[in-house]
Amino acid sequence: MKKLLLLFIPLVTMSFSCKKDTVPQYNATIKAPLSIEFDNIIGGSDLQLGTASYSNANNEQFKVTMLKYFVSNIVLTKTDGTKYTVPQDSSYFLIDESKAATLSSIINIPEGEYAKLDFVLGVDSLRNTKDLSQRTGKLDPTGDAAGMYWSWNSGYIFFKMEGTAVVSPQVNNVFQYHIGLFGGYTAPTLNNLKNISIDLTARGIAKVKTGKTPNIHLLVDAMKMFNGSTNISIATNSVVMASALSAKVADNYANMFQHDHTEN
Amino acid sequence: MKPKNIVYILVLIFFILACKKEVTQLFEGFQKPSNFPEPVYKFQNNNITKAGFDLGRKLFFDPMLSVDNTISCGSCHIPTSAFTQHGHSVSHGINDLLGTRNSPPIMNLAWSSSFMWDGGIADLDLQPIAPITNHVEMGETMSNVLLKLKNKTEYAQLFKAAFGSEEVTNIKMLKALSQFMLMCVSAESKYDSVMRNQKTFTTDEKAGYVLFQNKCNSCHKEPLFTDNNFRNNGLQPSNLNDIGREMITLLPTDTYKFKVPSLRNLAYTAPYMHDGRFLNVDAVLEHYKNQVVQTSNLDPFLLSNGETGISLTDDEKGKLLIFLNTLNDRKFITNPLIAEQ
Repeated sequence: MKKLLLLFIPLVTMSFSCKKDTVPQYNATIKAPLSIEFDNIIGGSDLQLGTASYSNANNEQFKVTMLKYFVSNIVLTKTDGTKYTVPQDSSYFLIDESKAATLSSIINIPEGEYAKLDFVLGVDSLRNTKDLSQRTGKLDPTGDAAGMYWSWNSGYIFFKMEGTAVVSPQVNNVFQYHIGLFGGYTAPTLNNLKNISIDLTARGIAKVKTGKTPNIHLLVDAMKMFNGSTNISIATNSVVMASALSAKVADNYANMFQHDHTEN
Repeated sequence: MKPKNIVYILVLIFFILACKKEVTQLFEGFQKPSNFPEPVYKFQNNNITKAGFDLGRKLFFDPMLSVDNTISCGSCHIPTSAFTQHGHSVSHGINDLLGTRNSPPIMNLAWSSSFMWDGGIADLDLQPIAPITNHVEMGETMSNVLLKLKNKTEYAQLFKAAFGSEEVTNIKMLKALSQFMLMCVSAESKYDSVMRNQKTFTTDEKAGYVLFQNKCNSCHKEPLFTDNNFRNNGLQPSNLNDIGREMITLLPTDTYKFKVPSLRNLAYTAPYMHDGRFLNVDAVLEHYKNQVVQTSNLDPFLLSNGETGISLTDDEKGKLLIFLNTLNDRKFITNPLIAEQ
């Protein structure tokens, strides 16, 4: 009997461990970390700032020297449809290709299996009208957000890409795409905020559980800014800021996010 | 001691105390003039205190806010010129660089719903970032301004007195600047005294006032003498072709529209218009009388029955000028509280 018992214990343990592996138990009242990675690429290549040369749909050769964009108001949806909205104050991210630390962000959300990621590309209109005391950290127009804020047309810049191209008529052949406009405060203007919705089911849902940090790996294709429903030509529009064309540029770059895989 | 000497000393003490008293009593916090509407500034986010105001005033007149430490806010907003840059058509910044627009007066900003000639800024607390970082105005970065303030020891105490800790932050700095600017209230002109039943208009002033109400009040609305709106007042576009409000709204219907400026303190704020093209008030009235250019979105108030401008006889013009003089507030431009210390 003793021998049998000794055999029995490992068997029971094993069966329990197996069960645990296949159907993990989630406790929705506990929060666990989830990483979201913004892996900036351009066309089929990894994005290299300042060095590599790329070509857009208009066959214009260019180099990228800067890529920055705001991501905010993150919402995650579980496989059963339950939504979790990340508290707004910890839901603003400034992705800057030149700063590795900004390319992935960790948020804490209730344990569970998540099949959908939603966020705003830009800084929501409400925050654009908030008191200075609520514009801290990434949103500080005098600090982290200094290059991502228009002082003269008070509001955040949502997306900024700069570089050089031989075809650009500007001094030193630069091109500059600074896209903002949240809909206006004292009068209605363009609203270039984009709601991005990413379905994770095909390439891997995120299994959020204490002790693990799953990573949603997104590929962000900066080429989409040029190529889309309106192909942007550097020769004709080397600088786009607060103008009607900014809406077309924003429509293009709204398609730059794709889910590559999730590391669970 | 002889009684005579005692009297002498007492008189001296009295004068010293009197002087001291005057200085300390000057600051009375923000007070809404009785003939003004409710302010629009959100005071709940920035309670004005004497220490906050003092810090704001110090910052306002500190040239360290510019990249080469030469230009302060007060350089283009001179108190004795009702906080405009007297004699300059457009603002004159670092390295003798020129801006494209005329420095507007800093007065009664608590009642202003937007800032700048094109209204691109809706919050006074965010306003100073624009001139500080503008390449032809102060050309500095905000982070460097904060660094310079941290290195100037006298500021630690001022920040502590105003906000409870010595730490220099952008929020404190900008809120203090707002406190100073909000205190620049101009409401002691003769017009204000008349409205408060403390004085009466002369016959000509009264006649001018009636003319004003008939011909100007729709845009230059009392008692602030602006409706805070944006209008195309028919100026011939200059070579620079400043499109004004359209830069902010991107709407073609806003081309050449600029914020309606107040008519208060005209005697101290020449030259006039967004680009300072008119050197005196007479030239401004001449514009409205004879020079209004009809563009697609000329303000409807300046167009009636196919005729542009405002009809004015020379006599009416004279009376209007007499009335406009009642809007000058000498106490405002000589107020030691808001002058550079």
